[in-house]
Amino acid sequence: MSKVRVIDVHTGIFDENNRIADEIRRQNQADQTFLVNIMASPGAGKTSVLLRTIRELKRQYRIGVMEADIDYAIDAEKMEREDIPAIQVHTGGECAMDAAMTRQALSEFSSKDFDLIFLENVGNLVCPAENDTGASVNVEILSVPEGDDKPLKYPLMFQVCQVVLINKIDTKKFFAFDDEAVKARIHALNPDAKVFFLSAKTGEGFDQWTGWLKAQLQLRS
Amino acid sequence: MHEMGIVYHVADEVEKIAAQNDICHIGSVTLQIGEVTGVIFDYMSDLWGWVSDKSSLLKGSRLLYEQIPAVTLCKSCGQRYSTVQSGRQCPHCGSWDTVLVQGNEYIIKQIEADS
Ligand SMILES: Nc1nc2c(ncn2[C@@H]2O[C@H](COP(=O)(O)OP(=O)(O)OP(=O)(O)O)[C@@H](O)[C@H]2O)c(=O)[nH]1
Ligand SMILES: [Mg+2]
Ligand SMILES: [Zn+2]
Repeated sequence: MSKVRVIDVHTGIFDENNRIADEIRRQNQADQTFLVNIMASPGAGKTSVLLRTIRELKRQYRIGVMEADIDYAIDAEKMEREDIPAIQVHTGGECAMDAAMTRQALSEFSSKDFDLIFLENVGNLVCPAENDTGASVNVEILSVPEGDDKPLKYPLMFQVCQVVLINKIDTKKFFAFDDEAVKARIHALNPDAKVFFLSAKTGEGFDQWTGWLKAQLQLRS
Repeated sequence: MHEMGIVYHVADEVEKIAAQNDICHIGSVTLQIGEVTGVIFDYMSDLWGWVSDKSSLLKGSRLLYEQIPAVTLCKSCGQRYSTVQSGRQCPHCGSWDTVLVQGNEYIIKQIEADS
């Protein structure tokens, strides 16, 4: 006779993750380190946007990059080629960074030594939205070729982001992409979201985005 | 792969609960998953087989699930309706001013220990 014990658990699958994420935010606040979680589909331009953003800010701030990828270190190498301190975090097959992995990476990276750390999350619009990493802000990059209907298809992603960057606006002549419609769809999900239109290729629109970022950093010090 | 991350989280959480309760083998884990989380449960139970096989605590255990129906509340007329049937627009008054009140949960409801 086997005796069966039933234990009522009733905890959210992400409760523990969310608890660690809040700890990370408290610690980063104390260290005055601003952690920006960058999320997007594969190829939306995460690495390109980061490279241009960091070139504009690196004289003023100590900046580091954590590259999360299922495998390979290609993006981290791109950063290092420009003398941007970077580490590669292998997520071991998981589809997003979670808070425990982020905490581990921050400690390996001596995060206290940075004013600003970017986390390039794994390229997809579902799992990263569900896993709070403890970032100070969440940024989603949506590129023009992906279409202006993405907020309708991936609502959670647009709800958890404080900022949406619409990238590759230099390609607008090739795609039917409605700026006003995309803004309305984002704001229907998340009325306070900031939406910036830019191109990592030409640099158009970067001043508004980097201006916003600098203002956030100033607020903290 | 959405389900993979969730399965890992569940396995970690169950390991922790088992340690706190002196459990050495799990018979089953029951989840409650919201209807609009986009999770494909069959896929999750396949992954569970694969993940649980690597753990002496979880080996051979079953992953069970209950679905929580998605319900939206209309802020204009105060009525509730099935999110999956009608989406964001209220079927009673046509308003778009609506909020999801349940249906996006990920909950570990209970575990059954068999030793
Ligand atoms: N025309 C145009 N191309 C861009 C722009 N930004 C990025 N690209 C191109 O888009 C491709 C993908 O850019 P990445 O920066 O590698 O994108 P990513 O999101 O980091 O990609 P993964 O890390 O592989 O998911 C590259 O060929 C870039 O040159 C842009 O603003 N305009
Ligand atoms: Mg990249
Ligand atoms: Zn109504």
